Amino acid sequence: MIARLLKRDLALLMPGGKRGGSVLPLLFFLAVAMLYPFAVGPDSQLLARTGGGVIWVAALLAAILPLDRLVAPDLEQGVFDQLALRGISEEMALVVRMVAHWLSFAPLLLLAAIPAAALLSLEGETLRKVLLGLLAGTPGLAAIGVMIAALTAGLRGGAALSGLLLIPLAVPILIFGAGSLARLDGAGIALAAAISLVLVAMAPFAGGAAIRAAREG
Amino acid sequence: MQACHLTASDLACRRGDRLLFRGLELSLQAGEALHIAGPNGIGKTSLLRILAGLLRPFGGKVTRGGAMALLDEKPALDPQIPLGTALAFWADLDGVGYLARESCADRAGLSHLLDVPVRYLSTGQRKRAALARMQSQQAPIWLLDEPLNGLDVEGVKLVEGLVSEHILDGGIAVVASHQPMVLPSPKTIELAGFIA
Repeated sequence: MIARLLKRDLALLMPGGKRGGSVLPLLFFLAVAMLYPFAVGPDSQLLARTGGGVIWVAALLAAILPLDRLVAPDLEQGVFDQLALRGISEEMALVVRMVAHWLSFAPLLLLAAIPAAALLSLEGETLRKVLLGLLAGTPGLAAIGVMIAALTAGLRGGAALSGLLLIPLAVPILIFGAGSLARLDGAGIALAAAISLVLVAMAPFAGGAAIRAAREG
Repeated sequence: MQACHLTASDLACRRGDRLLFRGLELSLQAGEALHIAGPNGIGKTSLLRILAGLLRPFGGKVTRGGAMALLDEKPALDPQIPLGTALAFWADLDGVGYLARESCADRAGLSHLLDVPVRYLSTGQRKRAALARMQSQQAPIWLLDEPLNGLDVEGVKLVEGLVSEHILDGGIAVVASHQPMVLPSPKTIELAGFIA
């Protein structure tokens, strides 16, 4: 049952999938990495100092680009209703959705972080930290995405609210994820991973409650 | 078909600050059909959604004995993908084989449309697709919300035929409709009688 749900979600969310547009987060991410050096100038020391943070912010924003396609269409189409009738809870559906969302952007993003690091003149050690940090942090970003998508699915003008909701949810993971670049030990990455786990654990329940509330409204 | 039943006692429904109905009782055994009648906005859809467990009743209790299938205005088929694939997702989830799925689509008059993306289908064709989805689910309790909307004369006959067969097969059907519909010996509830 889970495999079938995952198969459908992946078909809908993966790049080149039917819901389409999933390459956009990747292109967006690369575009930020490309434009940033033009904006701040070619000072490679400055770039190396701030580049890791830019990659993190770009990754975060790339992760929430497909938000409007994540939950709202299924709510409108009554897919969650039909799943509920088959005894599949909203929470379960959202866990699967979160996994599919992560798979649809995170692996590509990690790959794209390598050329991005070159553009921002990050060195090997920093790149390693950025990659590890992103690996720890992207599940949390996927969780934030699913949570916000579910919370705003039933609302008009959800997009504006998404932006507002994003900030408080994303701040902790950014502080520790991007903050880990300034430290020599891996403590920041460990904390980013911890926050990521908390978000992943919380998202299906928050999202499930939001979908049920939207259904009642 | 396995034994099934559906009962509701002292059901009340509130939407916003308006009490739509209260004191509603119903009890259905295997092989019984119920027609919920009433004008627009009286709470037919809400009642069906309460019966389906998708809406919490304001008061009262629903007991469900058996799996439920719901047909409403939302087909729950992904608009971008071909109809066949969209139906196959639900059939796979319900553990229905290829042949059963095909015969349901065939019965609904959709066999020539299986390659067409769902978004190109007309309202009536979508309704037929949802019917095929519901039929292949093989649930003993059917909840149909305005099943005749958007259907042509043949489509109406199709729905009546499917529901009748389902009833004779020992299933339960609850039909909410403002249009008359031919059902085998249906019970009828006039929701207007339960206005709070």
